[in-house]
Amino acid sequence: MNSLTLSSPEQSGLLHLANLNIDFAKRSAAAQTSSISETVAADLNRMEAENLNVWYGQTQALFDISLDIPQNQVTALIGPSGCGKSTFLRCLNRMNDVIESCRIDGMIRFDDADIYGSQVDVVELRARIGMVFQKPNPFPKSIYDNVAYGPRIHGLASNREDLDRIVMESLEQARLFDEVKDRLHAPGTSLSGGQQQRLCIARAIAVKPEVILMDEPCSALDPIATAGIEALIGDLKDAYTIVMVTHSMQQAARVSQKTAYFHMGQLVETGTTEQVFADPVDQRTRDYISGRIG
Amino acid sequence: MTETRNPTLLGRRHRNEKMFRFAGLAAITLAITFLGTLLVSITLSGYSAFQQTRIQLDITLPADPQTAGYQGLVKQALRATFPDVSQRRDKKELYALVSSGAAYEVRQFARANPAKAGTGIEIWLTASDNVDMLIKGKVSVEDEAAVRRLSDRQVSWIEHLTTTNRLEKQFNSNFFSNGDSREPEVSGIAAALAGSFFSLLICLILAFPLGVMAAIYLEEFAPRTWLTSLIEVNINNLAAVPSIVFGLLGLAIFLNFFELPRSAPLVGGMVLALMTMPTIIITGRASLKAVPPSIREAALAIGASKVQSVFHHVLPLAMPGVLTGTIIGMARAIGETAPLLMIGMVAFIVDVPKGILDPATALPVQVFLWADSPERAFEERTAATIIVLLAFLMAMNLVAVILRRKFETRW
Repeated sequence: MNSLTLSSPEQSGLLHLANLNIDFAKRSAAAQTSSISETVAADLNRMEAENLNVWYGQTQALFDISLDIPQNQVTALIGPSGCGKSTFLRCLNRMNDVIESCRIDGMIRFDDADIYGSQVDVVELRARIGMVFQKPNPFPKSIYDNVAYGPRIHGLASNREDLDRIVMESLEQARLFDEVKDRLHAPGTSLSGGQQQRLCIARAIAVKPEVILMDEPCSALDPIATAGIEALIGDLKDAYTIVMVTHSMQQAARVSQKTAYFHMGQLVETGTTEQVFADPVDQRTRDYISGRIG
Repeated sequence: MTETRNPTLLGRRHRNEKMFRFAGLAAITLAITFLGTLLVSITLSGYSAFQQTRIQLDITLPADPQTAGYQGLVKQALRATFPDVSQRRDKKELYALVSSGAAYEVRQFARANPAKAGTGIEIWLTASDNVDMLIKGKVSVEDEAAVRRLSDRQVSWIEHLTTTNRLEKQFNSNFFSNGDSREPEVSGIAAALAGSFFSLLICLILAFPLGVMAAIYLEEFAPRTWLTSLIEVNINNLAAVPSIVFGLLGLAIFLNFFELPRSAPLVGGMVLALMTMPTIIITGRASLKAVPPSIREAALAIGASKVQSVFHHVLPLAMPGVLTGTIIGMARAIGETAPLLMIGMVAFIVDVPKGILDPATALPVQVFLWADSPERAFEERTAATIIVLLAFLMAMNLVAVILRRKFETRW
């Protein structure tokens, strides 16, 4: 973990650390003048994880994680590779159920009910907690069908016009509509990487979720596409609660309001993004943010 | 890198690469040579069976087509063509020029054309296999009479018929419309073709859905336990079981226990399905496994159920592979002889089967039967049947390619 090669993407943080601090000064100034409604929303937790332990076979991947996910905010999960941040994210919509060797202990509260409780329907749960993956993974179908698939299987549209409207709105919300409105029936895989990822976001929001989980949504994209997605995430947080795993500390600093730092399966530090980046309490967080480990 | 660090090692590596390329090229050349030899030799010995020597005779049809005695009419016509033949022994030799099936051909013509009843017609009748062999050059006039199985007199009659344009090679429609026969010149593969078709149909109907469903369940739904591992190992073993064992199984279960009809394409298809299913399951699982997991995750993450993610997304993407596997399995089934022998599809079938319960044989079994026959004329028919079988196989492979293309570009 202490290697100092400059090849890994998170190490580039070292180079940008200086700009990061400047960026922060501007942001915290802006934050003070921001609306009161944001602080009110911050008090409301959409999801709460309590004493979550996860094992893959004999190996324990997460140790006693307790983390609140505030409503209508972007929560960033950061940490070095293999620290368990993606595992935690995938616990939030039970995507880890697919992995047979995965065993989960603890509680994740959503609407005052444990999502691992026996009466929870996982299909229904995943419709309410959507997910966007690291690599854009559109279905090998048309752009329209990619977005329409979710509403179709959940019966959200009563007729053709309804479905058209949902697809159009979702694409608009994902800031993709203008680019694809003339070729809605072209294959989704024919789009560029950034467009594909926005298509995946449109697909996720088409089923009207309450929470959107994003697993390194920009790590397969170039800087310009990344900027597009980040701006989009900023828009979406007004309507949705977003949890995002990211390798890029600048990205966490730019888009998130809350940051949680994971290290070797443990939640080391959590707090507002300003606080975690400007004044980390734990030595490990400090080392990671300053680029000494990672 | 201005100097070579280890010239001997580098030289050896280059040499090894050259050797490997050469060996690969040699292997491919050898394989193509063998395949070419096989195809050329089969074509050379088989193509002549698609033609058949026929003799034109003038026959006066009886007023009532239902009357018997067509054999006599043929003989009478032969005698009329060669009026100088009077000896009883010579007449017998003369009659041997045409096939014993010729009378049936006349009768068939008479019944198909009742308007021609009572009038004289010119009709082309199938010559006997010995005449056919001489015309096709399989035996020569210089050969001894015992070898060519034609007497000197018969040879002279044949020459006379040829010069008067009453004997020529025509397309061998018998080969495609008749069932098996003891007379090579009127024997055909229609019964075997129909038998193969019905068997494969049954095989496809049974093995494809069962195999694909089993593959989907095992790959996508079954938990990884010792039981599923055991099933997996056994399916792999089953794919390697000699096919005759499946035949014995079919004999014991389908014929002896369930008392299904012997020699029926239904049972043949069921046995072939047993044999094909492991292949379909194995290739089906492999192509399901090849679908990227990101597609499954994408579907599950927007709240699709497991079944929806499999049937809406995974299976369509795996379909080209599944179809290829199925056609490979079917291609193996169409060439299978041993299991069909066990359930009685090796019988001498003269009538073309009309359904899955009629007694039938199959193309490879027909090859097996004819390869065993002493008549020289069966030799070319054996090769011709192999040509038809290979054409069938190539057509199936073509269909596989077309289907794969179609499903791959489907959006």
